[in-house]
Amino acid sequence: MFLRLLYESFRRQKRRKLLAGIAIMLGVGVATAMIAVATDIGDKISRELRTYGANLIVTPQEDTLDVEIGGVNLKPPSDGAYLNEADLPKIKGMFWRNNIVGFAPMLPASITLGGARNVTLLGTYFARSVVFGKQDFVTGVRTTHPWWKVQGAWPEDNSEDILLGDHLAAKLNRTPGQDIELAGRPHRIAGILSTGGPEDYEIVAPLALAQEILGKPGAVRRIYVSAVTKPEDAFARRDPKSMSPEMYDRWYCSPYAQSIAFQLQEAIPHSHAEQIRQVAQNEGTVLSRIQGLMLLITLAALLASALAVSASMATAVVERRGEVGLMKALGAGNLAVAVLFFAEATLLALLAGAAGFAGGALLARQIGHSIFASQITIQPVLLPIILAIAVLVTFAGSAVAIRRAVKFDPVYALRGDA
Amino acid sequence: MSSPETSRVARRRAAAPHTSMFLRMLWRAAVLRRGRAASALLAMVVAAAVATAMLNLYVDVQAKLRREFRKYGANVVVVARDGQSLPDDTLTTVRSALGSGGIAVPFAYAVARTPDGRSVVVAGTDFQQAQKLNGSWWSVTAWPKASHDALVGAHAAVVLGAAGKPFDLSFQGRSIRLNPVGTLQTGAAEDSRVYVSLAEFVEWTHVPYSTVEISASGSADDVSTVIQRLGQSLPGADVHPVRQVTEGEANVLGKMRSTLLVASILIILTAAVCVLSTLTGWVSDRRRDFALMKALGASGRLLQGFFAAEAAALGAIGAILGFSIGVGVAIWIGQANFHAPVTPRLSVLPLVLAGGIVIALIAAILPISLLRRVQPATILRGE
Repeated sequence: MFLRLLYESFRRQKRRKLLAGIAIMLGVGVATAMIAVATDIGDKISRELRTYGANLIVTPQEDTLDVEIGGVNLKPPSDGAYLNEADLPKIKGMFWRNNIVGFAPMLPASITLGGARNVTLLGTYFARSVVFGKQDFVTGVRTTHPWWKVQGAWPEDNSEDILLGDHLAAKLNRTPGQDIELAGRPHRIAGILSTGGPEDYEIVAPLALAQEILGKPGAVRRIYVSAVTKPEDAFARRDPKSMSPEMYDRWYCSPYAQSIAFQLQEAIPHSHAEQIRQVAQNEGTVLSRIQGLMLLITLAALLASALAVSASMATAVVERRGEVGLMKALGAGNLAVAVLFFAEATLLALLAGAAGFAGGALLARQIGHSIFASQITIQPVLLPIILAIAVLVTFAGSAVAIRRAVKFDPVYALRGDA
Repeated sequence: MSSPETSRVARRRAAAPHTSMFLRMLWRAAVLRRGRAASALLAMVVAAAVATAMLNLYVDVQAKLRREFRKYGANVVVVARDGQSLPDDTLTTVRSALGSGGIAVPFAYAVARTPDGRSVVVAGTDFQQAQKLNGSWWSVTAWPKASHDALVGAHAAVVLGAAGKPFDLSFQGRSIRLNPVGTLQTGAAEDSRVYVSLAEFVEWTHVPYSTVEISASGSADDVSTVIQRLGQSLPGADVHPVRQVTEGEANVLGKMRSTLLVASILIILTAAVCVLSTLTGWVSDRRRDFALMKALGASGRLLQGFFAAEAAALGAIGAILGFSIGVGVAIWIGQANFHAPVTPRLSVLPLVLAGGIVIALIAAILPISLLRRVQPATILRGE
């Protein structure tokens, strides 16, 4: 009998059930989409913030002081220590390798151009494919320094073509495609580089060319690493040496800038890795602000959804006072009536909630595509949580109305006096 | 009701002008059905509050995030052209072009030698301004205050062995004794330098400042206007944006703006549905009033006017109450998340007010147009 009542209620009141269901669907959908976006936005914005460039730098452990003013390094090229280019692929073998967006080795060399002018020639990777084990990985300044703009073309990493900084190009009056003589040999200018930084006064060349000019095969002065990191907290700043083994494991397995720097140091022999504080620190603050904001917005979305659902449920129950009166007149107890209504509410919440979840997931995907141009993954764990919230909110929304409906004297209810 | 009171009511009714009946019905409808009216009003208030908070945040969040981005340090740099030096009044020119919102910090550089012949870059700057510009990412143990105090980069400190002991540096035969009060760590070129105050630096080396790092506030357009203005007033210098900083900022701000816009639309839509369903329930709950009035001779237009006025009043009251609550919420969010208040935007009020009234009207008209087709007798019979 109970099941029949339930079934008939859905069959005969299709329109009303549909209206309440739509409200629940909309509420659950919005809540799902906002939760999905909020849980993923940290990662998304973190990747966007990689536009600021590398946040970690690896230098030789025993290095002499850099003597650099306005991008011109006055340190004698023979001075100081070097890292080994052959160690670079090991970066992709680290624990947090998937968080490494890219890296670029740098080797500055001082050369004289015609007219005894001292110019820095910077050797680096542009977009070079690096192989570690079975992994193939393309990296270089084009990933780590996304604000570098080239007029003309980027040189090939295995070529001897170069990029000319735009200030230098203006001074030398050169355009892409022309040749320039470096260390006694002509090299083609593939493009003019504009960075808004010291590179505007330099020549940027493939790493192998800089090594050849410097006479140091396999040498790298420093490596810029761009990694997706987690905002720093008090735990991140602790010294790993003073940690207990469990804490050390937790620290090591969190993508803090500090722990990734630590792992870089492990991966590359005789190196010192450090966060570039201008990028890393500020990234942390911006990220935590945005995450806080999204959390609050998600709460607002949940509140609005809960209100929408409970308002429509309340309306649906109040409209059925006559029915309640009839049931009670035929001998149903308060409990039986309440159970029927709650069963209806649960069924409705589950059906509409599931549909809303699917809609919300689609919406989140759409948001991910159109705003961040990447996937927003929906955790499957979210489904039971969302359904539980939907049922709870539907219950809470209908509770007051159901209580009022149950308390109503059947005589008045049947006569239609509200 | 006692009879003297009845007669008083009758007299008052007779004396009252005709329009007051309309207002009376509006008022009594709200008072007599307090419960239902209150729940409809509550829904309206909450929806208006959420909408106000979201709109306020949407307008203000750009400025708030921009402030966070300004902590990245300089976004514009003025450097002397090759072989030239900046005119003496550059800093004054820059500061007057910037206005109150910006920071300008001069930097001078020279290569000095330690007694054992090693080279080190010494930079002269205005510590107070530098702290304002870069304080959030320069990790400094202590800022110099007294004369001959120096801030030593972490790498330079190791190489110079300057752990708390005063050290000597010489430049073109003139030497200076510096007192390392703090170390500076940035992970970049600053780590290999020694920073002293600009006045002492100039006195020692006779080298004037060659770079001015500028933090210009405002949108990307504001910043490029500043760059243009500076370029015109400083013809001998090279003014350029720090693209690393400006492009990253534009990128993230754009994405956040779109995300927030989508979130606001979704939330406001949900709130509107909540109001719509509550108000629809409220109006259709009163179909007996509707039928009774019609039976007593009210025209369809009068009835529609009556319900519309009722809904509009509810929408307006709810929107105004909700607006004040929403502004409070927005201010609280500003404090909690950005540690700075969100300025209440009065420009949001007409928007919320109009939205509230329109939604209330839609919610009222929809059930009434359904009811109009029904004979009053059917409703009054309770079917």
